[in-house]
Amino acid sequence: MSYPEMMRESIGKLEETRNRRRMQSFPRLGLKEKQELLEAFHPDFKPDAFRPLAVGPNAGDRVPNELADLLEGRSRINPETFDLSRVDYDTDVLVIGGGGAGTASALLACEKGVRVLVATKLRWGDANTMMAQGGIQAADKPGDSPALHYLDVMGGGGFVNIPELVRALVTDAPLVIKWLEELGVMFDKEPDGTMITVHGGGTCRRRMHSCRDYTGMEIMRVLRDEARNRGIQALEFRPAVELLLDERGYCCGAILYDLETEEYLIVRAKSVVLATGGMGRLHIQGFPTTNHYGATADGLVMAYRAGAKMIFMDTVQYHPTGAAYPEQIIGQLVTEKVRGLGAHLVNAEGERFIYELETRDVVSAAIIRECTERGKGVVTPTGMVGVWLDSPLIDIVRGEGTIRRALPAMVRQYARFGIDITQEPILVYPTQHYQNGGIVIKDDGATSVPGLFVAGEASGGVHGRNRLMGNSLLDILVFGRRAGTSAAEWAKTAVIGSPTLKHVQDYHDQLIRSGINTDRVSPMILPDYTPPHTRIRRLGGVPVG
Amino acid sequence: MAVETEQKVESLDVFIMGKKYQIPKGLTILKALEYAGYRLVRGVGCRAGFCGACATVYRKEGDFRLRVGLACQTVVEDKMYLTQIPFYPAVKKTYDVNQLRPDAETILRFYPEVTRCLQCNTCRKVCPQDLDVMRIVASATRGDIAKAADLSFDCLQCGLCTSRCPAEISQYNVAMLARRLYGRHIAPPAPHLLQRIKEVASRQFDDNIVRLMSLSTEDLKKLYSEREIEPEELVPSAKKDED
Repeated sequence: MSYPEMMRESIGKLEETRNRRRMQSFPRLGLKEKQELLEAFHPDFKPDAFRPLAVGPNAGDRVPNELADLLEGRSRINPETFDLSRVDYDTDVLVIGGGGAGTASALLACEKGVRVLVATKLRWGDANTMMAQGGIQAADKPGDSPALHYLDVMGGGGFVNIPELVRALVTDAPLVIKWLEELGVMFDKEPDGTMITVHGGGTCRRRMHSCRDYTGMEIMRVLRDEARNRGIQALEFRPAVELLLDERGYCCGAILYDLETEEYLIVRAKSVVLATGGMGRLHIQGFPTTNHYGATADGLVMAYRAGAKMIFMDTVQYHPTGAAYPEQIIGQLVTEKVRGLGAHLVNAEGERFIYELETRDVVSAAIIRECTERGKGVVTPTGMVGVWLDSPLIDIVRGEGTIRRALPAMVRQYARFGIDITQEPILVYPTQHYQNGGIVIKDDGATSVPGLFVAGEASGGVHGRNRLMGNSLLDILVFGRRAGTSAAEWAKTAVIGSPTLKHVQDYHDQLIRSGINTDRVSPMILPDYTPPHTRIRRLGGVPVG
Repeated sequence: MAVETEQKVESLDVFIMGKKYQIPKGLTILKALEYAGYRLVRGVGCRAGFCGACATVYRKEGDFRLRVGLACQTVVEDKMYLTQIPFYPAVKKTYDVNQLRPDAETILRFYPEVTRCLQCNTCRKVCPQDLDVMRIVASATRGDIAKAADLSFDCLQCGLCTSRCPAEISQYNVAMLARRLYGRHIAPPAPHLLQRIKEVASRQFDDNIVRLMSLSTEDLKKLYSEREIEPEELVPSAKKDED
């Protein structure tokens, strides 16, 4: 397939400028220039794309319209008539979500000697963790320190991150890497065991550890294997749809929905870890996404109804380099490791326009500026616009074979569509990637709802308004472990009452009082990608949830 | 970002589990299923070629060959007869990786069926990642754990190899064991990591971080802007032993 004629002309320009660009050092932006660029071009600064929430702990706070629609939706459960007397599963710790954060929680809770049950929407391991390619940060080399890592995290996040959470993140980081090493995760290493590390956007030291460009997949499959070895039970294809609180408002379990038998199941638990991930599949502002099929913000909806507060939900991370060609993979991730290894971003004229390892928000804004205001984007046959990521430069600078060795997933993905990224550049445009904010947690994973712990992308605060590459895999493991430990300790002494859905009833009442009379139900569980012409022929028009 | 372009879209006949549907040209198998009206629960996962949920088997009209692909990464073709294999029963043994030795004996203890391999190479032919699955199994069987781990690293655990193996081997779980053995017992532990763990345990960094936490935003911004950036390493790092 390769690139059509209409795109080849600008590839010619890119090849012409390559030698000159190699010698050129592109200046980094100052804090003020960054802010101006963000305000002019970052999607977070589009006022119409957000609205203040009408109800709940964050009433009055702006969130993306697509999320507000879900948060202002009604439960799938009728809280007045639902029978809570029949308990299907009784456990100490219920972990909702079978991704990296949930599985790490389950492992640590299990080590504490309590009963653990995992409930997950699809298969165990079906999560954004699996798709994290580039790496995981940890300040574990001489010349680096957790304090420098702290500074990078705060700067990347706009200096508004919750300091206690950042401290936990950077201090636990070396311990997490050690834990993974001992579990048998195959990190990229020199023959003497030294970790091979590169830069990520916004890092001041080369502290990005990787497992080729399958870092998240390798971590996820090892954690899952270990959890299976320990005999931890997972209920697959049974997502949670509502949390249960006892009369005092303590979290005491959840209602699951079996996607195949369509049964609702009741889990009674002494504590709950919510690790449901992010909201990529809401397609904020119509962006494509790098996210997993199940990333539909279910945890935010459930926890918010239960009274947990959110933070930084007015900011979304767009990954600068989503695929913009070929059509079949639009929006899929082109890992930041490609830039970490030295590939330039280049416009249709063959010019660089931003220092490639600025933070993601800044690079995304710069690409959008190039493709809109400056009109220097490359147009594809289907009308997509993007800029080039000059991948062949990596082999030229670092030696032939580097790309195949360090980026096998990327090479394979493009080869499937006839593009050899060792010889030809990659066309990219920003894609919705990460939920920067989430449910407010303390550094042990606790929330304002007693007995409810949150970990991973569903939580908020540690990354401020913009997460750095390699800090998400770190986040899910640091806070997954902490939340699992805390939930287990909590469960050891907790005495729970009878489960109720009073919070759901109250939430419905608040919606009505705020004049929101909707038949929209949430959580979403899965997006519907069937076309309108088949949807309208379905019985009732709306799928049964 | 998209701009308007003019294009006519041809349609194709695709047979999903035997039922014929008209699908616009250019879609992946996954998007074709959805275009046809399927709301998928099984056979779909990351939608980006990393999770192995959407293993698909197909034939093309007039061709005896059975072909495979990941539904999210394979483009539909005219007269494609397809079905997904979203799950296949496989043997997964449980173990404490710390207690094991990285050798053939360990592999044979948990997965003795590897010796039944007929060397038919079907596993390799059906691997959507183009991995040399037969060689992975052979390496593990003879105790070359490092080789099995390296060759199997890009495995998505989709299970297609297992579904077709006449010797009934669960190749991807054998490979999982090999990789954990390699990572735990063969790859040398990072020396700098051990050092850093000691430093963290002795709370060497706590004061520095507490100091940063107490700074005003202005002071923190100044420190951030002035921090020294470690230069890119432009010399290729030592090549890994690939073979």
